[in-house]
Amino acid sequence: MAERAGAAADLARRVLRHGGTLAIVLVVLAVLYPTYVGWLSSLPLVGDFTPSVAGLVVIIVFTMMAVGLNVVVGYAGLLDLGYVAFYAAGAYTSAWLASQHFSQTSRHIGSAGLNPELPGIHMSLWAVLLIAGLFTALTGILIGLPTLRLRGDYLAIVTLGFGEIIPQFVRNGDNLFGFNLTNGTFGISPIDAPGFGESLNTTLGLPVNYQQSFQRESLFFWTALALLLFTVFCCVRLRDSRLGRAWVAIREDETAAAAMGVPLMRTKTWSYAIGAFFGGIAGAYYASFKSGAFPADFYFNISIFLLCMVILGGMGSVWGAVVGGVILGWLNVEGLATIGSKIAQTTGVNLEVPKYQFGIYGVIIVAMMLFRPSGLIAERRHKRELEEGVHDDEPMYEDRHT
Amino acid sequence: MRPSVVSVIGLALVAIVAVWLGVNLVKTPELFFNVFFIGLTNGAVYALVALGYTLVYGILQLINFAHGDVFALSGLVASTVLFSVIGIGADSSSAAVAGGILLGLLITMTFFALFNAGIEFVAYRRLRNAPRLAALITAVGMSFIVQNVGLAIYDVDFRSASQLLPRTPVFEIGDVAYPWNKFVVVLITVPTLIALTWFVRATRQGKAMRAVAQDREASSMMGINVNRTISVTFALAGALAAVGGMLFLLQFNMRYDTGFELGLIAFTSAVLGGIGNLTGAVLGAMLIGFIQAFNEGLTWYTPGSDWTRSIVFGILIGVLVFRPEGLLGERTPEGA
Repeated sequence: MAERAGAAADLARRVLRHGGTLAIVLVVLAVLYPTYVGWLSSLPLVGDFTPSVAGLVVIIVFTMMAVGLNVVVGYAGLLDLGYVAFYAAGAYTSAWLASQHFSQTSRHIGSAGLNPELPGIHMSLWAVLLIAGLFTALTGILIGLPTLRLRGDYLAIVTLGFGEIIPQFVRNGDNLFGFNLTNGTFGISPIDAPGFGESLNTTLGLPVNYQQSFQRESLFFWTALALLLFTVFCCVRLRDSRLGRAWVAIREDETAAAAMGVPLMRTKTWSYAIGAFFGGIAGAYYASFKSGAFPADFYFNISIFLLCMVILGGMGSVWGAVVGGVILGWLNVEGLATIGSKIAQTTGVNLEVPKYQFGIYGVIIVAMMLFRPSGLIAERRHKRELEEGVHDDEPMYEDRHT
Repeated sequence: MRPSVVSVIGLALVAIVAVWLGVNLVKTPELFFNVFFIGLTNGAVYALVALGYTLVYGILQLINFAHGDVFALSGLVASTVLFSVIGIGADSSSAAVAGGILLGLLITMTFFALFNAGIEFVAYRRLRNAPRLAALITAVGMSFIVQNVGLAIYDVDFRSASQLLPRTPVFEIGDVAYPWNKFVVVLITVPTLIALTWFVRATRQGKAMRAVAQDREASSMMGINVNRTISVTFALAGALAAVGGMLFLLQFNMRYDTGFELGLIAFTSAVLGGIGNLTGAVLGAMLIGFIQAFNEGLTWYTPGSDWTRSIVFGILIGVLVFRPEGLLGERTPEGA
């Protein structure tokens, strides 16, 4: 018996080690991507499906949001259909703190490589990312406090409501009692890029400002990758923490978790805040990359797109969210358009595949829920949960009468 | 004590709305009543869709996200049925238009009853014993699929049949007029609601529906065919959505994604009235219809149509926070 346990532990260690090696290989391959993307896209068949470095930045940013959403949906089992609100909050934080929008004042706090005479608030983008995360986490808490007491399906609708209200607020926010907060439908643009400033440039050779660099895309890409790795690391650590286990307990059985002394409201609010935190960072970073925050970017479909990533990858599984995010992000940025044009080339029928992208995501969602509800990379515990149905089911007839 | 604080806030909000309406009524009475009729029309359409949400929720505890999109698709199909299959146009005689609309209603109601029951059969039936979240997510996915079916068939163009109905007033008092095209909505909605009430209250199948809503297992032990009853419920919801779709088409422009916003409004109505409660859904829909019309139509301190969505969702969130059982619902032991 002990022998078998030892063998099992050994196997687990080997798998872990292999998983670790695989992860490191993937990260190295990803880091080097800008160096071989040119070669890759010159290949005959693969080349057509190779995303550009800029496209990859978008994929990574959305993957990051998917990992953040996974904390709420996957870990805590709270269906959030309004994650786009956090994306918007993050994007507008960087628009407020690092652009010429508030041209009434001119404040430069650690801005990198900009003319100090430039009007508006210009903070260092690194600080902005952190502030955006915290601000969005606060938004998450504010949204969560009144709504988290509701049962799952109601919560979904209310989050959806917030996901609709916040973009509308942004759209109409150019005249709030005479104050132009969001510049309405025109959005705020341009937004500063991150950078390290003159002194770090001379001492360490770090770029002054990404925007002015020849390697703009690559720099944004490497930073995005670092942010994603940071997010993944945090989420893996969180999963195994006391808080993470409390989330899983709530997901499996709220009543039992409460009986065991898990403070329901506080734990759920934390999941909201942390999920929102990463969404905010991703949103702020993406706004800086696009150099603009526009209300048209924040619509309901984005929330569903992110949810689809989490479901495809496997709810509750961090690596699942990463894989789902990369696959769907790639489809969104590059894949669908290329597949569409390939079909048009070979068969002569123009299917306009990208037009139906959300229909395709809908099919993915339904197919996954029906045939493989635990996702591509199933989290073991969540899989059992789905198969055995330990969720908040009504008591069975037998239970009541024995 | 907390409940009293909550009810004070709630009553204060209601009082503010009442004062706002009163001032508007005194300032611009003609406008007020004209807007009132717009609200009545919108409310009737919302009611038909909201009933679909409430029926399905009552029996499966599932928010059928796809319902709004079924509504939109039904309206689009109705435009094909009216203009291409039946072939009426703006120059047809009134009798032909009336007959055509009734025939078109019959066709789309039948078709979408089957369509909605089909959705249940394909997507939801397998998940009946899965966690509630699984079915809900499937419904979200289904909503996108139905929406894209509309996109594939009808592209992004708007459709409307508003030219079919005359705008001559049914009655006119001063500057207040109630036109025929709005009256038609009430003319069709009221009999539909009466028929629905009769079906649920008086028929054997309606009785089975109520039983399954109360306790699925117990009713199956009593010999009720649960699967058939659920299918019938979905069919009923689909038929109601088709009526709503036709009426919407006769008033406004619609396209493949109209169902998203309208579905949310209708769902809010159902929650406001108390989800699962049929009378509540109609009441909630009427209230939302009036609130929307007053917000968009009145002039004195009105936020305007830019804020409609925020107001509707504000109401939804407010109801769920302050009174989750809705206006007419009963407080269930598990809360909302």
